[in-house]
Amino acid sequence: MAALSWQSATVVEIRRETPTAKTFRLKVPDAVPHVAGQYYVLRLTAEDGYSAQRDYSVASVPGSDTVDLTVELLADGEVSGFLHEVVEVGDELEVRGPIGGFFAWRGDSPALGVAGGSGVVPLMSMLRLSRGLDPSLFRLVVSARRPADLYYADEIVGDRTTVVYTRQAPPGFGRPLGRLTAEDLAAVLEPGQTVFVCGAPPFCDHATDLLQSKGVPSDRIRVERFGPS
Amino acid sequence: MAVTRGFTGRRRARDPRLPPGQYDVGTDWPVLNAESTPHLGSERWSFLVDGLVAEPVSWTWDEIRALPGSSYSGDIHCVTSWSKFGMRFDGVSVDTLLEAVALDPAAAYVMATSHTGYTTNLPLADVAGGKAWVVWDVDGLPLSDEHGGPARLLVPHLYFWKSAKWVSGLRIMAADEPGFWERNGYHDRGDPWLEQRYQGD
Repeated sequence: MAALSWQSATVVEIRRETPTAKTFRLKVPDAVPHVAGQYYVLRLTAEDGYSAQRDYSVASVPGSDTVDLTVELLADGEVSGFLHEVVEVGDELEVRGPIGGFFAWRGDSPALGVAGGSGVVPLMSMLRLSRGLDPSLFRLVVSARRPADLYYADEIVGDRTTVVYTRQAPPGFGRPLGRLTAEDLAAVLEPGQTVFVCGAPPFCDHATDLLQSKGVPSDRIRVERFGPS
Repeated sequence: MAVTRGFTGRRRARDPRLPPGQYDVGTDWPVLNAESTPHLGSERWSFLVDGLVAEPVSWTWDEIRALPGSSYSGDIHCVTSWSKFGMRFDGVSVDTLLEAVALDPAAAYVMATSHTGYTTNLPLADVAGGKAWVVWDVDGLPLSDEHGGPARLLVPHLYFWKSAKWVSGLRIMAADEPGFWERNGYHDRGDPWLEQRYQGD
C-alpha cells in the first residue's frame, strides 16, 4: 500500500442526522476511492501546533466524488465537539485515508451488517453500494435506542433492512422493545454471508455471541468496535 | 500541518509521556479488535515458539506460570491515538521463553500468533532484551477475555496492535513478513514516537 498523505479537504455540506450526529460532506482533492467499510483519520491543528486526531468511518457510497463522514457528538469529545459546534461549510479539514482492509466489503459476495447506534456508518456505505449493484447481496440489522436516534432514517429503511429499537419505537411498530436477539439475526442469516458487526464494544460482544450461538463461524465475523477514543 | 480554523484544543500542558498525535485516555481502556472475542480459558491456552529454532518448545498454562515472573510498569499507546499511563502487567519476559530454545543464527524477525488466527510481525530485537512479555495480569487482576485473556503479548514500546491478544506463540523468521494489520496497511514496526502508524510512515 502506498503511503497515504494528509490532505486538506473542504467541507461542502453539513447535514444533521440525529440530535447528536452530523454528516460532514468533504471534497477531498486527491481522493483514493474507498471500499465500503473503510475510514478516514481527521486531524485538527491549533495555531501553537497542538493537534488531535480521530478515526471516522465513511458513510458515502464507493465511487461518489465526495466523502461523507458521520460524526457522533461524544460527551466531552474534543474532536467531535469541535466538529459539531465550530465547523461550517467552506472550512478546510485535514484528512488521511481511506484506511482499513479487513472491515471492508467490495460488494462481490453475500454480507450481513449488524450495527448498534453510530456503528451503522460504515455499514451505510455497504448498504448504499448494494443498492446500486445487487440489493440481494446485503442485509442490514440496525439497533437504535429510539426513532430519533436512527441515522439516515429516510434512506436506511427498505426490505433488506431490519430496525431494532431498544427504548422507544414508532407507534404500531411490530417488534417489542429490547436488545438485539438471536431471533432477530436468525431471520436474516444466510449461508455464505460475511457478517460485519459495528458499534460500541458491549454491543459488538453481544452481537457476536448471538451470531456464534446461531452457528456463524468466527472466521465469517468481522468486527469494528467504536470506542470513546 | 495546516491550522484548523477556530481550533484551540484542550488547553492543557502536553504530557511528556504522550507520543505525537496521541491523547491520554485516562481511566478508560478502549477495546479494539477485529475479531469476535474468544472465551479461551486457561485450560485451552498454550504457547509455542517455533520456526527457525533447533527444536520447537511449547508451554501449557501451568508450565508458563511456573517460569520466573517479570512485570512491566508504564504506558501503552494504541494506533487509534489513545495512550494509557501507569499500567502494570505481570507475566513472563519473552527473554525467558527465548532462552528455552536454540535460535538459528539467521533468526531476525518473529511472527506473533494468536489462538484466533490473528498475527503481527516484529523484529526479533523488539521482543528481546527486556522489551516484551507474555502477560496474564493487569493492575493485579487477571486479564479479561476482551483484553486478550488469559494471556497476551505485551510490547509496550510499540503501538498496541503488536501486543497480540490471546497470544499462542512466536514463529521465528529470517525475513520480515506482514501480519494481519500490516497486510491491511499498518506499519511493519509501529514505533509510536516516530508515528509509524501506516505503511510508508
